[in-house]
Amino acid sequence: MQFISDNSDLLWSAFLTTLSLAVLSGLVALVLGTVLAAMRVSPMLPLRGLATFFVETFRNTPLTVVFFFLVFGIVQLDLQFPSRFTAAVAALGLYTSAFVCEAVRSGINAVPPGQAEAARALGLGFGQTLTTVVLPQAFRTVVPPLGNVWIALAKNTSIAAGFATTELTAALQRLTNVNGNQILLVFAVIIAAYLVITLPSAWAIRVIERKVAIVR
Amino acid sequence: MSAQAVLFDLPGPQARRRQRIGTVVGAVLVLGLVGLGLWRLASNGQLDPARWAVLFDPAAGVPQALGEALLNTLAAAAVGMVAATVLGALLAVGRLSDHVWVRVPVGVVVEFFRAVPLLILILFCLLYLPTVGIPMNPFRALVLGLTLYNMAVLAEIFRAGILSVDKGQREAAMALGMRKTQVMTLVLLPQAVRRMLPVLVAQLVVLLKDSSLGFIVGYVELLRQARSLVEFFNFQFGNLYTFQLYVAAAVIYIVVNVTLSQVAKVVERRTRSNAKTAAVTAPTDPTSTITPGAGAPV
Repeated sequence: MQFISDNSDLLWSAFLTTLSLAVLSGLVALVLGTVLAAMRVSPMLPLRGLATFFVETFRNTPLTVVFFFLVFGIVQLDLQFPSRFTAAVAALGLYTSAFVCEAVRSGINAVPPGQAEAARALGLGFGQTLTTVVLPQAFRTVVPPLGNVWIALAKNTSIAAGFATTELTAALQRLTNVNGNQILLVFAVIIAAYLVITLPSAWAIRVIERKVAIVR
Repeated sequence: MSAQAVLFDLPGPQARRRQRIGTVVGAVLVLGLVGLGLWRLASNGQLDPARWAVLFDPAAGVPQALGEALLNTLAAAAVGMVAATVLGALLAVGRLSDHVWVRVPVGVVVEFFRAVPLLILILFCLLYLPTVGIPMNPFRALVLGLTLYNMAVLAEIFRAGILSVDKGQREAAMALGMRKTQVMTLVLLPQAVRRMLPVLVAQLVVLLKDSSLGFIVGYVELLRQARSLVEFFNFQFGNLYTFQLYVAAAVIYIVVNVTLSQVAKVVERRTRSNAKTAAVTAPTDPTSTITPGAGAPV
């Protein structure tokens, strides 16, 4: 267990990097995904088309490829992210937003049609119907799928290790190089660190789900 | 229900005009973005036909190299798919076993492999297994990691499918005097597999996507190949073909995945129209099972 105290700084900063990667890109994905879902049900054809194209592209592209493009690809266009960390947040956020969009859209579809019809009968426009009546109910029903997306995102942050972000998986690679005789222990520590994020999340999701679920 | 029909009224003359304006503005905006991208590419000389021609030039060896890399990707994914499906079915049956000493360990295995990031599993196979005397190379590590992770996910999919088969089926089979194994293999599993086919194919698409992690562990799949081609060409010609090769690798990935996703859709439609499964409500949205971890059960 010697290496844990020897490398506590590295482990702690790696853990914080993983956590902040997940939280920041989760926020990006939540906002972008909701906007995309709204676009996909909007009356404007170009918006619908654009959102559908975006979602289908990102859902069918491996996350590694998205990373690859944002890190190595756009440099060729003389564009660059200020740091590898921002590039990682952008890649994870863009990729995950496609899945958030699909989850939110399925939630919108699950809201009984009577709700939207009543809102329209009261004279609310599309934007008002969506933001004040449909989306609040939709979000309550999609807590479990959004939770799954969040946990998947937390695990997907490990891919950032391949692109020079020092998070938990990168720390793991570095530690296994130095502690060749304790590989199993290193893996156990890193996996435990991921579980520290995912297990409480799973528990919190269940609690939130029970709190906000709509009984129909 | 289709959301489009209820979320807004049939447009009147004024709304139609507003929508037309919005459509034009939106289209202009989209075209503007595309144009900006193209201009950006063109001003960097990336649209030069000669730069793209190399992708189709057998003399430069690029099509062969990319084709070979695609085969490598597909090989890893195919082996992983078969192994994960077989093991997943076994684990699902094990998790539903009547014996506690089977059910509990299998449950632990499934939950563990679902909760660990896939990349960590692959690295574990690559870094740890050789130290205990199991010979490893990137291909084996990748396939083993993909198998371990996806068998756990598939086990949950199969289990959900088996549980969704009507109780009467099992009871009827028991009443006919079948053994537990016969009930499972002759009655429950065939129905479960047919019912879960769309979700199953969706998960196999995910597996194919995840095979791109081979890039990180040094398996020569599409991305790694594109990268080494770039390094090779940079040595000779400078930074001439970098962007083109990356785009080619990404496009191949997208085309293969979209094809498989379409297969999944066709399968889903055929399952729906099949009288034997028509009465069953479709399983939960496959998109939510992309990489479920320790979250809510599928």
